[in-house]
Amino acid sequence: MGEALNFERSFDVEGGSFQNAGTVSGQIKAILKDLGVSTDIVRRVAIICYESEINIVSYAKRGTITLAVTDEAVKIETKDEGPGIPDIELAMKEGYSTASAAVREMGFGAGMGLANMKKYSDHLIITSELGVGTCVKMMVMNFQKILHPDLPPITL
Amino acid sequence: MTLKDVKEILEADVLVGNDQMGKPVKTAFAADLMSDVLAFAKPDSLLLTGLTNPQVVRTADILDITAIIMVRGKKPSEETVKLAEELKIPILSTRYILFETSGRLHARGITGCIEKVGGEM
Repeated sequence: MGEALNFERSFDVEGGSFQNAGTVSGQIKAILKDLGVSTDIVRRVAIICYESEINIVSYAKRGTITLAVTDEAVKIETKDEGPGIPDIELAMKEGYSTASAAVREMGFGAGMGLANMKKYSDHLIITSELGVGTCVKMMVMNFQKILHPDLPPITL
Repeated sequence: MTLKDVKEILEADVLVGNDQMGKPVKTAFAADLMSDVLAFAKPDSLLLTGLTNPQVVRTADILDITAIIMVRGKKPSEETVKLAEELKIPILSTRYILFETSGRLHARGITGCIEKVGGEM
């Protein structure tokens, strides 16, 4: 798709500590609201980013979340410096988790994260290299705009 | 129903958001697993939980939850209260267990934000 890019920014996420987990998602939610993105899409992207942040905090040393907004979609790309995922298909299964007790105490690590990210996005691609890290690319489409090109863009 | 009614039904203490007791509420979701909250809860609902860490507030913020009800007499940490004040998310604490909290609210007309899972988004 050669549509115009309205906004792009990368955010750093520190691994290991729950202290700031969720701050990037909060920032992204505020940015999308300011851009005038519809409430439903804002919420879906916020959940995706939050699950991504929790994953980076839970498993990786550090990572980034990149947000790109076009007229037709919101794209989220996460990259982490973590252990990598040996079996992606297994990791995608609801209920499968390798999370630590500390992560579970926070109310996460139930094996729902990747499944939720898939549920709330229209496209999701995961690539992972053991000992290097994991990259997840997701897209939330603005179908209203795609079906009715004369509608105003996703951003006001 | 407003948050003030919820407070009275549950004989709850308002720990954050005393100025927001006029907010209307119709639906709720109850879980101790934040991943399930993210998967199933809907905006403008109450979140009933036994967890008290700051991630409960973050989760509520992401989902536009109206208020957090901490059950079984749980009290949030100082850090949780601070974050809730910053993000303007009310926290109520009730001594009723999760089952009683849910039952008492349901009997007064609060319904689940979804009834059962499967076939919806």
